[in-house]
Amino acid sequence: MDNDTTTTRAVPRRRRMAAGDRLVVTLMVVVPALLVLWLVWLPALGSIALSFGRWNGFGDLSTIEWIGFQNYRDVTTIYPPFWPAVRHNLIWLVFLFVFPTLLGMLLAVVLDREMRGGRFYQTAFYMPVVLSLALVGFIWQLFYSRDQGLINQVFGSEVDWYGDPNVNLWAVLVATAWRHTGYIMLIYLAGLKGVDQSLREAAAVDGASESKTFFSVVFPVMKPINMIVLVIVVIESLRAFDIVWVINKGRNGLELIGALVNQNVIGEATRYGFGSALAVIMMVISSVFIAMYLRIVFREQEER
Amino acid sequence: MVSAPRPRFGQSIPGSAIATAASTRRSFLRNAALGGAILGAPSLLAACGGDSGGGGGSADGTVKFGLNEAQGSGPAYDRAAAMVAAYEKKTGRTVDVNAVDHNTFQENLNTYLQGAPDDVFSWFAGFRMAQLAENGLISDISDVWPIDGMTDAFKTAATAPDGKQYFVPVAYYPWAVFYRKSVFEKNGWVAPENKDDLDALMQDMQGKGITPFAFGDKDGWPAMGTFDILNMRLNGFDFHMELMAGDAAWDSAEVKNVFSTWGDLLPYHQEDPLGRTWQESATSMAKGDCGMYLLGTFVVDAIADTQDDLDFFTFPALDDSIGSDALDAPIDGFCLAAGGPNQEGGKEMLKFIGTAEAADAANNGADAPMIAANANASTDTYSDLQKKSAEVVGAAANIAQFLDRDTNSDFASTVMIPSIQDFLKNPGDIDGITASIEQQKQSIF
Repeated sequence: MDNDTTTTRAVPRRRRMAAGDRLVVTLMVVVPALLVLWLVWLPALGSIALSFGRWNGFGDLSTIEWIGFQNYRDVTTIYPPFWPAVRHNLIWLVFLFVFPTLLGMLLAVVLDREMRGGRFYQTAFYMPVVLSLALVGFIWQLFYSRDQGLINQVFGSEVDWYGDPNVNLWAVLVATAWRHTGYIMLIYLAGLKGVDQSLREAAAVDGASESKTFFSVVFPVMKPINMIVLVIVVIESLRAFDIVWVINKGRNGLELIGALVNQNVIGEATRYGFGSALAVIMMVISSVFIAMYLRIVFREQEER
Repeated sequence: MVSAPRPRFGQSIPGSAIATAASTRRSFLRNAALGGAILGAPSLLAACGGDSGGGGGSADGTVKFGLNEAQGSGPAYDRAAAMVAAYEKKTGRTVDVNAVDHNTFQENLNTYLQGAPDDVFSWFAGFRMAQLAENGLISDISDVWPIDGMTDAFKTAATAPDGKQYFVPVAYYPWAVFYRKSVFEKNGWVAPENKDDLDALMQDMQGKGITPFAFGDKDGWPAMGTFDILNMRLNGFDFHMELMAGDAAWDSAEVKNVFSTWGDLLPYHQEDPLGRTWQESATSMAKGDCGMYLLGTFVVDAIADTQDDLDFFTFPALDDSIGSDALDAPIDGFCLAAGGPNQEGGKEMLKFIGTAEAADAANNGADAPMIAANANASTDTYSDLQKKSAEVVGAAANIAQFLDRDTNSDFASTVMIPSIQDFLKNPGDIDGITASIEQQKQSIF
């Protein structure tokens, strides 16, 4: 019943709901809340608990050996892939912010001008988005393979695109950007279509140039879209995992925290405690960004 | 996740493509679902087994048979199916086959065995088997042994540290140095018999513009074969097994010697191994760019066109006091799950699986034969390479199972793969790498 009162209190301006409506609203709040509790919070708390133990999955939960912060100490001190993984996740974040976002925005602005063949370009740029990142990794393998790949064959180079740890992260980021750009482009394209035409006309009447119109009028109006893009970029870069996993299981220059969790927990290795500690670290890093995002969103709501 | 090397058949698309496509997003999601099921939910894999009512202690009831090859996946499935059919025909009993994709089976084995497993299931000899035995997940089948036609080396491989047998070997594939006969003939090369021969051969190859050893370690496990053979040649089989068991130190002088010897050999290997799959390396050898390739006999799957031109030799002795009578030859076979409902029936079936009759039935029922563990099995269907493999393994005094099968799988996949790759990137830092391995080993073992 607690939920019931809070929901009615949350919409004070409306008149009291009929009993049937109240039941529906209650169910709509309680069922998802229970699902979130069961599928998100319980496993999350379970991971936190497991991260303080050592358990190889043989035998039941009573065989877990509780070792305090040992897993965290091991992760940060004697586990060589950890710090590169943190660095790579951050590089991933910055890269996605800079290149695919700007390029996607540029493409959207150009395609928004309804040039001839616009539909075709739009489809062509969007096409990679429907492919899973796993498939993207495979497609680019055909370009990147050192001995048999297209790039080295055409240019006669001998770069080990996927194997050289100094190069492979960037090679993978290009492949990711290839897909991500189309995604960002589509979101901005939808946003641009939603911008009131009269705003542009007014700007044109005032004698503003194209670029001035975009940066001073159109871009600020698209603020909600910018927020969505920001969130998507953060989420995409923190959960980045599948493409490096298909390429080399997240090793040798392609370490990402998500891949390390997978190496340790899922698959043949069963270091549940150690893997959980990595997962918790990843959760903490994600929480920082989520908290930042929520703060911005709430502040905006207050301003309204 | 270490993919234990094994024969993969029927590859007509480029090998590199297969390696990349091997793990799809869907299979990840499935694994993630399983990973999420740690807290007591039944595993998908166990659910595949159907009802677990079972026939109790009677040997006559249906035996449930867990196979790590999906139906229609190739000759490996066909062989197992033919073996099962032969058993059903011979005894009139029924066998309920639960065929699961190879990697899925391997990665979820732990959950599977603790859920509702099949009675008899495919597994590997060595540490992997011993680990299950120690945790009480597989049953003692000492009374199935001795098996007529199985040599002592196979019995040892089927024996856990408690001295009992838990495994019935079926097939194996040795690791050796492969080369093309025509390339060797044209250049007047012969298989080296000692270290001096090998050095001379490598130098001659390099002089003729041919890279002596093909080498690829993108998947992380192929280079383990090189580590294994160098360790067995330099420090002997017993030290190798102690090291694998976690008893010997990884930062010892012996292990450092292995890495420094490897470092000396690296200039004779293909450059940039970390971006290259074993299939691509095999292709380099097939094209004649490289002279030799140290790999398992499954190398022919990637270069089937040149199969008749392939030959191999075992890695020559590096230290005469140790010799060259040990090699990696991973053995595949079957265990009896302790949680399986029909223990007696499972044992009866395992007895049959170990016989030459079962091996012959399997080999006659598939396009590509396996090298049978049973020495009495007919070799009529074997290729020349397989006949030679059988001879070489028969003559070996000690058989190792390959690094990722001989040691704790947590250690192999999360420590050894990255460490060996670090070494290949930075062969000068042997002290740092071995110290790191030892530190991490102590946190796992």
